Amino acid sequence: MRTLAIAKRVLKELVRDKRTLALMFIAPVLIMWLMNVMFSANSSTNVKLATVNVNTTVVTNLDKVKHVSVTQLSNHQAKQKLADHKVDGIIRYTNHKYDVTYANTDSSKTALTKQALRSAITGETMTTMATTIQKLQAQLPVAVQAKMGQQHQVTAPQIKNHYRYGDANTNFFAKIIPILMGFFIFFFVFLISGMGLLNERITGTLGRVLATPVRRSEIVFGYMLSYGLLAVIQSTVIVLATIWLLKLQVSGSIISIIAISLLFALVALAFGILMSTLANSEFQMMQFIPLVVVPQVFFSGIIPLDSMASWVQYIGKVLPLTYTGDALSKIVLQGTSITKLGGDILALCIFLVILVFLNIIGLKRYRKV
Amino acid sequence: MDKIKLTHLKKTFGTQTVLADVSLNVKPGEIFGLIGPSGSGKTTTISTMLGVEKADRGEALVLDTQMPNREILGRIGYMAQSDALYESLTARENLKFFGEMKGVQQKGLATTIEHVSQVVDLQDDLDKRVSGYSGGMKRRLSLAIALLGDPELLILDEPTVGIDPALRRQIWQELQAIRDQQRSVLVTTHVMDEAELTDRVALLIGGRIVEFDRPQVLEQRYQVTKIEDVFLKAEAEVEK
Repeated sequence: MRTLAIAKRVLKELVRDKRTLALMFIAPVLIMWLMNVMFSANSSTNVKLATVNVNTTVVTNLDKVKHVSVTQLSNHQAKQKLADHKVDGIIRYTNHKYDVTYANTDSSKTALTKQALRSAITGETMTTMATTIQKLQAQLPVAVQAKMGQQHQVTAPQIKNHYRYGDANTNFFAKIIPILMGFFIFFFVFLISGMGLLNERITGTLGRVLATPVRRSEIVFGYMLSYGLLAVIQSTVIVLATIWLLKLQVSGSIISIIAISLLFALVALAFGILMSTLANSEFQMMQFIPLVVVPQVFFSGIIPLDSMASWVQYIGKVLPLTYTGDALSKIVLQGTSITKLGGDILALCIFLVILVFLNIIGLKRYRKV
Repeated sequence: MDKIKLTHLKKTFGTQTVLADVSLNVKPGEIFGLIGPSGSGKTTTISTMLGVEKADRGEALVLDTQMPNREILGRIGYMAQSDALYESLTARENLKFFGEMKGVQQKGLATTIEHVSQVVDLQDDLDKRVSGYSGGMKRRLSLAIALLGDPELLILDEPTVGIDPALRRQIWQELQAIRDQQRSVLVTTHVMDEAELTDRVALLIGGRIVEFDRPQVLEQRYQVTKIEDVFLKAEAEVEK
C-alpha cells in the first residue's frame, strides 16, 4: 500500500518535470540517430600522392585505385608540396626500390596509400607477366596457340553474397545498437533515480517520510515500481525508434528486449540509489558518471574482450552492462529466445538482489529501525 | 503515564559529545518547550525520540515504547526544521501522500486534510503547487502535515519560524486546543516569548538539561521577569 503511494508520488513528480522526461525519451533517440548518421556516412578518405620517377604503368594503376589521385612531379616539387600539406605522400623510385614518405597526419590515409601502392605494383607485375606470356605464345606453333586460346576463355567465378543478419549496408553501428540501448537505460535511470533520492535527502523529505511508520523496504520498492514502469516505457520508445527511424532489424522478439531492459533498469535504479548515499550534492552525483557509468561501456562488448588480458575480462564480468549488452545483442542480432539467456538473466538478478538488499540496509543510516 | 520519558541519554558522534546527559519527561496534556542555543543538541534529542538516532547510553521511551521503534511513529506528528515538502506537488497531494505514509485511513483522509488545512489557514490554496508557495505558507503546510491523523504526540522543531504574528497566535491556540484534548506537544523554539506559553520548559545547554520546570518557577528562581533572561543567565552560569 505504502509502496504504491510512494511509486505514485515519484511518477507524479517525474511527469511534472518535463525536461527530465524529454531527456529520458528524446535524448537517447537523438544520440542514436546522430551516431547512425556518423557511422553510415561514406567514409571516403581521398588521398593525393606525388610520384617521382615512377614507372607509368604503376602510376596509371595507382590512379585507377578509388579515392587516390596521383601527380607526377620532380623530387624538389614533391617535397615542397608535402611540406605545404598539398599531398599526403610521395612515392619515389630509385635503384629498383620504392621510397615512400607519408604525411601520416591521418592514419587511414597512410593505410590507403600503402594498400594502393601494393596493388599498383602487383598490377604492374601482372601486366609484365601477361606481356611476356603473349610474347612466348607468339613464338609457339599455330596449333598449340589455338589450343591455348580456348583455355583463355575461362571466366572468373561470380561471387553472390547472402547475409543472415541485415544486408550489405550493415555496419559497425548495428553491432553496438543493442549495447547502446542498454547503456542509455542504465545511464538515465541511474542518474535520475540517484538524483531523486539525493534530493529527498537534501530537502529533508526522506527524513520526514522516515518519521512515519513506513518500512525501509517499502521506500526502495516504491522507487523500483515507479522507475521500472518508466524504464519499460523508455525502452519501448528506444526500441521502436531504432526500428523505424534507424531501420534496425530485430531478429528476436521485442518483448524480450523490453523484459531485459526492465530488469536492467531495476539494477541501474538500485545502483543509482546506492551511489546517491555516497554523494552529498548533485555535483558529487555527477562525478560518478566518469567513474561508474562510462567505464562500463568499454567492458560491455563494444570492443571485443576475448583477446584481452584475463584481468580485463574479469572486470567485465562484475559490471552489469556486460550481461545486458550480451543478452540484447543476442536477441537483436541472432534472434536468441529469452529462455536461452538464463545465464545473463541470472547474473542481472544476482546484481539486483544484492543491490536492493544493500539499499534497504543502507537506509538504516537515516533511521535506526 | 508520560508521553515521552528520556533518562540519561548520551550520544557522541566520533569524538564530539552532542548529548552529555539528557533526562526529561513530557506528560499527557502538556505543551513542553525545549530551548537552547544552536548546537546544544535539540535536534539530536528529537532524532533520538524519533528513532533516527540511537542513544549510546540511556533510555528513550516514547508512548511507553523503547525507541527506535517503527510502529510507534504512526502515533507521532513530526515537523522538522526544514520544510521538507515535495515542491512539484500541490499542497493537497503532499498532505495525501504523508497521510498515506502515516497510515491514516483512506476513508477519513479527505476530511482530515480539510481540517488540518483550516487550522493553518491554507484551505484556499490546497490545489496550488508548493513551488509557488511563500516561505510562511510552506511552514504552515509543514505543520499541517504534522497534524495529520490526530497524533497523540506532536514533536515540532521550530514550528513558527517565518510565520507572521497573527497566524502564530492562531497556531498556538490550536496547540493549546490539542493540549486540552490530553494530547501532548513538544516544541523547540528560538522565540523566547513563545517559551512563556509552554507549560514546562527545559533549557538544554551543551548537551545537558540545565533547567527544567514551569516558566514562571524558573523566572522566580532567577529573579527575572522573562524567560529570555533566564536563558541568558543560565547560559552565563554554564560558561563560568
